[in-house]
Amino acid sequence: MLGSIKHKEDSPLHSSLPSKGGGSLWSDGWARLKRNKLAIVSLVILIFFCITALLTPIIAPYGYEEQDLLLGASPPSLDHWLGTDIFGRDMLTRIMYGSRVSLAVGFIASAVAVFIGVLWGTIAGYSGGKIDSFMMRTVDILYALPFMIFIILLMVIFGRNILLLFLAIGAVEWLTMARIVRGQVLSLKQQDFVEAAISLGLSHWTIIHRHLVPNVLSPVIVYTTLTIPSVMLLEAFLSFLGLGIQPPESSWGLLISYGVETMEEYPWLIIFPGLFLSVTLFSLNFLGDGLRDALDPRASKD
Amino acid sequence: MYLLSVKNLTVHFHTRNGIVKAVDDVSFDVDHGETLAIVGESGSGKSVALYSLLDLIPRPPGKIESGRALFEGTDLINRKEKELQKIRGNDIAIIFQDPMTSLNPYLTVGEQLMEPIIYHQRKSRKKAKIAAIKMLSEVGIKEPKIKIDSYPHEFSGGMQQRVMIAMALIVKPKLLICDEPTTALDVTTQAQIIKLIQEIQIKYKIAVIFISHDLGVVAGIANNIAVMKEGKIVEKGTTEDIFYRPKNDYTKSLLSSVPSGQKITKSFVNEDILLRVKGLVKYYSSGNKRINWPLYNKNKEQKFIKAVDDVSFEIKRGEILGVVGESGSGKSTLGRSILQLTTLNSGDVYFNNTNLMLLSSSKKTEIRKRMQMVFQDPYSSLNPRMTVFDTLAEPLLYHSISKGNKILDDVYALMDDVGLPRSASKKYPHEFSGGQRQRIAIGRAIATKPDFVVADEPVSALDVTVQAQILELMLSLVEKHNLTMMFISHDLSVVRYIADRIAVMHQGKLVELDETGNIFSSPSNDYTKQLLLATPLADPIKEKERQNIISSKI
Repeated sequence: MLGSIKHKEDSPLHSSLPSKGGGSLWSDGWARLKRNKLAIVSLVILIFFCITALLTPIIAPYGYEEQDLLLGASPPSLDHWLGTDIFGRDMLTRIMYGSRVSLAVGFIASAVAVFIGVLWGTIAGYSGGKIDSFMMRTVDILYALPFMIFIILLMVIFGRNILLLFLAIGAVEWLTMARIVRGQVLSLKQQDFVEAAISLGLSHWTIIHRHLVPNVLSPVIVYTTLTIPSVMLLEAFLSFLGLGIQPPESSWGLLISYGVETMEEYPWLIIFPGLFLSVTLFSLNFLGDGLRDALDPRASKD
Repeated sequence: MYLLSVKNLTVHFHTRNGIVKAVDDVSFDVDHGETLAIVGESGSGKSVALYSLLDLIPRPPGKIESGRALFEGTDLINRKEKELQKIRGNDIAIIFQDPMTSLNPYLTVGEQLMEPIIYHQRKSRKKAKIAAIKMLSEVGIKEPKIKIDSYPHEFSGGMQQRVMIAMALIVKPKLLICDEPTTALDVTTQAQIIKLIQEIQIKYKIAVIFISHDLGVVAGIANNIAVMKEGKIVEKGTTEDIFYRPKNDYTKSLLSSVPSGQKITKSFVNEDILLRVKGLVKYYSSGNKRINWPLYNKNKEQKFIKAVDDVSFEIKRGEILGVVGESGSGKSTLGRSILQLTTLNSGDVYFNNTNLMLLSSSKKTEIRKRMQMVFQDPYSSLNPRMTVFDTLAEPLLYHSISKGNKILDDVYALMDDVGLPRSASKKYPHEFSGGQRQRIAIGRAIATKPDFVVADEPVSALDVTVQAQILELMLSLVEKHNLTMMFISHDLSVVRYIADRIAVMHQGKLVELDETGNIFSSPSNDYTKQLLLATPLADPIKEKERQNIISSKI
């Protein structure tokens, strides 16, 4: 029976010595992700977008306030690769500046949501009893608050501030995440390996971050890839209401919502921002799928 | 002419990883009124072979590549779905392993019983109901007129299986296929169900194909036996031939794997008591007690289920104490409460003369190192996202038993101890078979060099040949590391093989505790006697004797 184990590598184990907090799950996951071409291409695209967003003030062809009212809206040309809007502002520049806001909102707000949501849900589900009731009733109460009023109140009290916008969106999005994670943890808790960990005398914190969190990653990753686009669109919505950022600053959501208005005369005003948003979202989905498979040892087919 | 004659049946599963030959050139015959047992380990293709005849396998990936199955002279294979439906309901009936999942929880038992009569025989509801009530009383369900309107969850497991049998028999089939019908049941219930199947077979003169992994169950009821391995029938013959004159090596190893014989009880000169349990009580409340409104709950008495009811015993250092009992007898709760994995209502647990109940939670962590647990299901007891190395290294690192470069050697030593190849250290649990997973779980349990291990049904999820290997491993580890063990099992033959003393539990109470030899030779408690008598023996002649004793007592 034992002879039937197939093994590829007999190399010594020194490389897989567990690093603090993790284990070889992450290194194995990375190795598996590298084999997924689609996910890697997506990752490269996302990194490229992030770098250009960071370097925008240096590499952008025009300033973000620069107008050319005489030119007005013009289709793509050699001077303006992606055309200009009705004020004669260069679309490429605007999209690049817009990516700074959209990507930041998407990643930071989602990171906030994931961090709070996973922690909250895991602790609630793992603790059970009164702590669980208290934590989840808190979530229910926050759910019941109309989040627009919540954000408007925040904006009114603290003034319009882009960082606050991130936090406000994150503070709303973590609720669903907490519920999903708690449900998963409740079912994981029934599994014997959690009990085995308790009987090994491991601390609660070790059990949470070594045994529970890695096992809720699949739904978390899937939900995160759904959260990022919804957060980006939420930002556009808030900006449209005048609660987010204002022109001449831009974001992809904002560009698209303005583009819709003049869609019939100047189609490039919606096509290009839309294209960038779609590519980003596609990449995120492919990367999310790849990550989910890579971090699940059972999904590998080698 | 045989009732069913299967010739050269070959079933393949076309998966992404290639073709799996689930059933490979299998031929067998079943005559009217005869019982054929098909025996094999999990994955040997015994169920697939029969399910494929009735088109009950998923297609794709499954595909019947070749073969014929003549049922009363007509071929079952490649029949039209409509024709098969008629045969499935009318002439061939199936009883599945788990009655809990094979009955529809949303329909009353009566509704499910009447369905085949109304659908296949096109009789009126009234007539169907009369037939259903008659059938229920025939399978030994009391007050069938009332029970016919109950839902499946209102029945116990054994009663549910009786309902399943009633459902199978209500259309008076010619062939009854029983797919491990007693595997999910307790031994005493198992004995009743097998008796029922035998009685019904004689009464209605139906042929039975009995699929099982348990040679003991098969010994008493089968006329002929076919042994399957990896999709092939390796040997077939009469029951006596298979048991007393096996020709094939695999059959021989199956027979020799059945735990038989009895452990020679060690004499413990030093009365060094490692664990002492005194008056242990654990109640589960069954009523809703969340909110205790004085007015609202006035008339509601709080109900308790006594999981463990005033249990006291001692375990000596180096001893293996077997704990046997049926499901719900509280044996698992007992083990878990000793390890402080659940809270207790009252009682004391002394470990090395320290009362665990009085310890603070930080001191408990220290004690946990010295007491470990092996769980029943090796599929849920290992974290699916941790490699073998991580799983085994975790307790070592956490309790600072080894550090730095030494960890690798220590993990390798553990793997050697439990018989895992060192090269497997980077693999994840799902890449192993059930037996190997149980080896990992055992390795984790002994990693902290504990004094005391609770093994909760560690072999009951495993095939019989693997079971024997794991039992051997546990015995050798107990010897090597001077472990003391509490071995919980429902299987008397396993406990007899491994334990020095045996504790019998029944409805939360410890009804008998004695040395293994005494329990088997002169049981004093009535329940123990009943339990011993209900255990089927893997020997046709002895099994027939046992059955005669049972029927003479009734």
